[in-house]
Amino acid sequence: MSAWMDPILGQWNYYLVIALMMIGFYAVIARGNMVKKIVGLNIFQTSVFMLYISMGKVANGTAPILTGEPSTVYSNPLPHVLILTAIVVGVSTTAVGYALIIRIQESFGSIEDDDIIAMLDDEEAPAS
Amino acid sequence: MSGFLVNASLIALLALIAILALRLHRLFAVVMLSGAFSLVAAAQFVVLDAVDVAFTEAAVGAGISTVLALATLSLVPAEEKPHSISLVPAFLATLTGLLLAVAVTDLPNFGDPKAPIHNHVAPEYIIGSEQAIGVPNIVTSVLASYRSFDTFGETLVVFTAAIAVLLIIGGYTRAPRRAKGKRKGSQDAG
Repeated sequence: MSAWMDPILGQWNYYLVIALMMIGFYAVIARGNMVKKIVGLNIFQTSVFMLYISMGKVANGTAPILTGEPSTVYSNPLPHVLILTAIVVGVSTTAVGYALIIRIQESFGSIEDDDIIAMLDDEEAPAS
Repeated sequence: MSGFLVNASLIALLALIAILALRLHRLFAVVMLSGAFSLVAAAQFVVLDAVDVAFTEAAVGAGISTVLALATLSLVPAEEKPHSISLVPAFLATLTGLLLAVAVTDLPNFGDPKAPIHNHVAPEYIIGSEQAIGVPNIVTSVLASYRSFDTFGETLVVFTAAIAVLLIIGGYTRAPRRAKGKRKGSQDAG
């Protein structure tokens, strides 16, 4: 317990979550494949959720379901509600993203960023 | 200290899965790893006392997302073009991470019961859930009663997303191209 109160070690969970976020962020901007971009976006999203849930945690607390004991310490339920909504909205945007990928594959025959950019450049070149 | 060990090993496992998903080129494996990532994240949420979030993450993140991704994979190429590590995005991600790490030093300690978040309105919701709503699960009472209009908005978002998916890949907006695609194979770009 004393280690948790230490100002350096006190926030370890946040730093671990940030490391996770960096992996997802890198996947979103570096990978040309669109399915992989969406998977990276999911990793990014989940790490943000984890940051919020970490904030709601109370040391020695329990899940926010009433036990009837007046002495019980509950973790903060409000971030949980927020993130419940965010998860459902996240899967909705993921679904739209996958639908767009299917449509892009039909139009261009590829789901790689650089292939599609090359194709668009080829289309433009003779016209100008 | 045991909380630290459990949390740190779960997050290390998550990081391992995420890096593997980043490195592999077969998209089927990537999608499966993404499902595994959501499942381990659900375990992490249980450790952090967010049981309802864990439930949703396991059902929606590991279940529905994976099904959607597999449905997509049946229509797109299953291999990714190999890429080397690109330096500019790696630099950007590291920079963002460093900035966030600096910002985190302003946050209260992890698990600190005296943090402002636990002492503003949260106690009222915990007391009110029993006395005003009568639902033992506080997350349920906030979601369905105190903040039910937000939940209604969330339902609207899901409905909008469903309409968007139908408009993008539904039959009405792309019937001629599909007929051509069936004859020549979907690789033919129009």
